[in-house]
Amino acid sequence: MHTFLSRANAVSAFSLSTLAFLTFLCFASTFFLDYTAPVKITAANIVLKNVPEYAVSREKNDLGALRFDLSSDLSDLFNWNTKQLFLYLTAEYETSNNKLNQVVLWDKIIHRSESPLIDLKNQHLKYYFWDDGNGLLGHKNVSLYLSWNIIPIAGTLPLWNGIGSYKVAFPTDYTQGRSY
Amino acid sequence: MMQLDFLDDLRRMNVRQLFYQVLNFAMIVSSALMIWKGLMVVTGSESPIVVVLSGSMEPAFHRGDLLFLTNYDNEPIRAGEIVVFKVEGRDIPIVHRVIKVHEKEDGNIKFLTKGDNNNVDDRGLYANGQAWLRRKDVVGRARGFVPFIGIVTIVMNDYPKFKYAVLAGLGLFVLIHRE
Repeated sequence: MHTFLSRANAVSAFSLSTLAFLTFLCFASTFFLDYTAPVKITAANIVLKNVPEYAVSREKNDLGALRFDLSSDLSDLFNWNTKQLFLYLTAEYETSNNKLNQVVLWDKIIHRSESPLIDLKNQHLKYYFWDDGNGLLGHKNVSLYLSWNIIPIAGTLPLWNGIGSYKVAFPTDYTQGRSY
Repeated sequence: MMQLDFLDDLRRMNVRQLFYQVLNFAMIVSSALMIWKGLMVVTGSESPIVVVLSGSMEPAFHRGDLLFLTNYDNEPIRAGEIVVFKVEGRDIPIVHRVIKVHEKEDGNIKFLTKGDNNNVDDRGLYANGQAWLRRKDVVGRARGFVPFIGIVTIVMNDYPKFKYAVLAGLGLFVLIHRE
């Protein structure tokens, strides 16, 4: 009756179900939490060019560029079930080509062992700001906002938007030459 | 001693019990299939649970982590979410994050993806000449995450002999074991 195998079986079954239950509690206890935080974004040095995006086609597309300042305190987003945050800065706008355009310009991973304070000054974009066509010229309503994807230890993978955005107005002329 | 026990079990089975054991086995297999197909209906995704096979989304997902997917048509695809997509000429679906979305008035959408741990976007992974993904390429969108559990699948895929041994062992156990 009480062989080594039956004992090992009982112990492993019990520890597995306990782990499963605790993992479920971890998920359930954080599922309804609010993961918003205020974010301050400003942008400067906004320039616009019209050059071919060879990765897509030979046609000339609008290529925007800017520098941004970003500050936020994200410590409230970290709890016992937050493994990391994936932060991303999105430019969202409407053009005659597309009803909705979303271009991620910059992103950053913050692990739970790292500082949750963000304070960037005069930051370059991490990705090129290509439009799908020529919709950025003279566009006055491109909104920049920060969002995050909460990566849990176990649970759902929600996306939340930061409170606060910045409205970028692009120039009505293309910048010539290579300078930014 | 254990071997004797199991022979004893077999010897004591009559035809009726044998049928019962076989039916029991069939029940387990068919309910597993029903659960899987049921999940497909509920989530709308052709593979509702996937195991992460590469490190391209580290440190969010590691090899062997388990993802739960949904694929509802009425939920639009937006920048920042993690999608699982298929590319022509590749057997294994890829789990990466959406970094660019262009959506027309009629809902026609094209988007670009990138792995968090990769330095460049996924255009190099797409089919030759393909610059964008479309809605139809999406197998599912990551909604839930459980670490480590899928490592069993990875081990079984890496060592097929081990997989057959486990399957044969389990099957035999169910067939000959009596309460």
